Amino acid sequence: MSIFVDETTRVIVQGITGRDGSFHTRQMMAYGTQVVAGVTPGKGGRSFDGPDGTAVPVFDTVADAVAETGANASVVYVPPAFAAGAIMEAADSEVAFIVCVTEGVPVLDMTRAHALARDRGSRVLGPNCPGIICPGRTNLGIIPGRIVTPGPVGLISRSGTLTYEAVHHLTRDGLGQTACVGIGGDPLVGTSFTDCLAAFAADSDTEAVVMIGEIGGTAEQEAADWVGANLDIPVVGFIAGRTAPPGTRMGHAGAIISGSSGTAAEKTRAFEDNGIKVAKRPVEISALVAAALGR
Amino acid sequence: MNLHEYQAKELFRAAGMAVNPGEVADDPPGARAVAERYGGRVVVKAQVHSGGRGKAGGVRLASTAAEAEQHAAAILGMEIRGLAVERVLVSPTEDIATEAYVGVLVDREAQCPVIMVSAEGGVDIEEVAATNPEAIHKLPVDPRYGIMPHQAWTLATRLHGDAGLARQAARIISQLYDAFVGNGASMAEINPLISTAAGEVKAIDAKVSIDDNELFRRPAIAGMRDPASESAADAKARAAGLSFVKLEGSVGCCVNGAGLAMATMDLVKYYGGEPANFLDIGGSSNPDKVVAALEIITADRGVKVILFNIFGGITRCDDVARGILEAVERMDMGVPLVIRLTGTNEELAREMLADAGMAAVTSMDDVVREAVRLAGGDHVDLR
Repeated sequence: MSIFVDETTRVIVQGITGRDGSFHTRQMMAYGTQVVAGVTPGKGGRSFDGPDGTAVPVFDTVADAVAETGANASVVYVPPAFAAGAIMEAADSEVAFIVCVTEGVPVLDMTRAHALARDRGSRVLGPNCPGIICPGRTNLGIIPGRIVTPGPVGLISRSGTLTYEAVHHLTRDGLGQTACVGIGGDPLVGTSFTDCLAAFAADSDTEAVVMIGEIGGTAEQEAADWVGANLDIPVVGFIAGRTAPPGTRMGHAGAIISGSSGTAAEKTRAFEDNGIKVAKRPVEISALVAAALGR
Repeated sequence: MNLHEYQAKELFRAAGMAVNPGEVADDPPGARAVAERYGGRVVVKAQVHSGGRGKAGGVRLASTAAEAEQHAAAILGMEIRGLAVERVLVSPTEDIATEAYVGVLVDREAQCPVIMVSAEGGVDIEEVAATNPEAIHKLPVDPRYGIMPHQAWTLATRLHGDAGLARQAARIISQLYDAFVGNGASMAEINPLISTAAGEVKAIDAKVSIDDNELFRRPAIAGMRDPASESAADAKARAAGLSFVKLEGSVGCCVNGAGLAMATMDLVKYYGGEPANFLDIGGSSNPDKVVAALEIITADRGVKVILFNIFGGITRCDDVARGILEAVERMDMGVPLVIRLTGTNEELAREMLADAGMAAVTSMDDVVREAVRLAGGDHVDLR
């Protein structure tokens, strides 16, 4: 199984004709994702060429794309100035699952976009996230398909390339994945660690979960408490930023220690207090998962 | 991006707020001239991006213009937490009866702006939060409606029992929220918001941070950036689109992705070394960015070795290799380079580097251990 999406998910791409959007749409299609349409305002009526002679129609609006194709998910690759608007357009068309890859979206724009998505019942993943890949089924975002393989591990992360690093080791060690989810490095993200944990808990194929966190905020601490209270399967954790100085943003807009809150030490303690084994190095994650699964 | 107090006050005044007047000066005679206009009884305040200005002696009261000039001379020569003071704000003193705190920031859990007020103003609000949290009143604001009159009034009544003062405070709370949203801020605060013996409520300090992601559509605010508040390396990194944070160690790090960059620093420390910096070259694969990154890292004299850790996804390893080769050709590194490349086009990248007599490994642990060894750090294998 998988979480949030699967091989039947019908995906539109907002910003399909852009540089990043077109490149990653072809990657997603090559992986087997059902991309049914693209949306670029002003380019409706055109056709987008996918891999191997495939093509998908391009629409001016999400509403038109949904009406014509029955799409129920969207991946947003539009520039930062228009990204929140694109999310709101998708939510307004009742697209159930919206992935926003764009980095650099103004935070106040996102307060409105998240509020509308909540009202419309849409789940937003991101922004500033690599998306979600369900190995062998579907890929919504930019996670490279060749580093994953199907199996029993669920993975949740705030990061992109650090996720790849961890997945790479899991795959190499024969520990495949049900889904790998990048929730995003921004301070306000639509889907939390806890949302993903609850989804993995409900998935009978997921036998262990990996949580990759970083400094800033309290999302990892809340997720750890949720694990302690609710989850029966083993969880392995990693926290990036042990050497980060306080009060300084480390690349991700959300990665900042405020006062004494949001430190790696505090998050590691929350993990350990709730029975989550914490890897000291990325390479240890896979070994801890193997041990937890008795392999 | 942090604004100076005088800049934050300009934004507040533009929102119609009652703010203590003031003018900036960058030399002592200028400060004296401003003080004379205000009748001599003034406060002279250092304009630097740092808290604790008062404790550092950067805020001084003067009762004559001549005294203001002396204070300005002392403050303008100071460094506060490593930052040179280049400007002072000279403002008339106020007859303070009460001091309150009002602030707005975006709350990560509530996912909306939250207004905080406290009748215990004029002190460090984090300290109030730690010692007396009940003294702070919080209100989440739905960004689609903005602050509603009854909300501002309710908060104001937590600050003042007197209806006349509370009405003024409510107006200022609304204006602060509007200035926060209208300028794309991530934080705006007034500490203290005073009431005077004459029954006036006004802001006498102001602090604003702007969300960096808003600057592209706010050129006037982007123009408020103080070049002196930024090191040459920071300015260069910003211009090149790199995320860079200078640290004190000897292992220069160049990584793609913020999470992996943090994990790389942590691993340097784990193996007994000290990272010289955080540097994320980002997701794109532009050789120019790699060149800029190397120029920034090599300009740091503390760097003994440069460590590349690249996991190619969108970033193509061959583009990074091209950047490395270009940089090596253009400049003398002066320090050894160790490279880890995995992912998209790694074979091609490895060939390109091999042709130039350079090698790359595939394991993050291997490359970090090697970097720490070359930096002369204690190589402690903790396994």
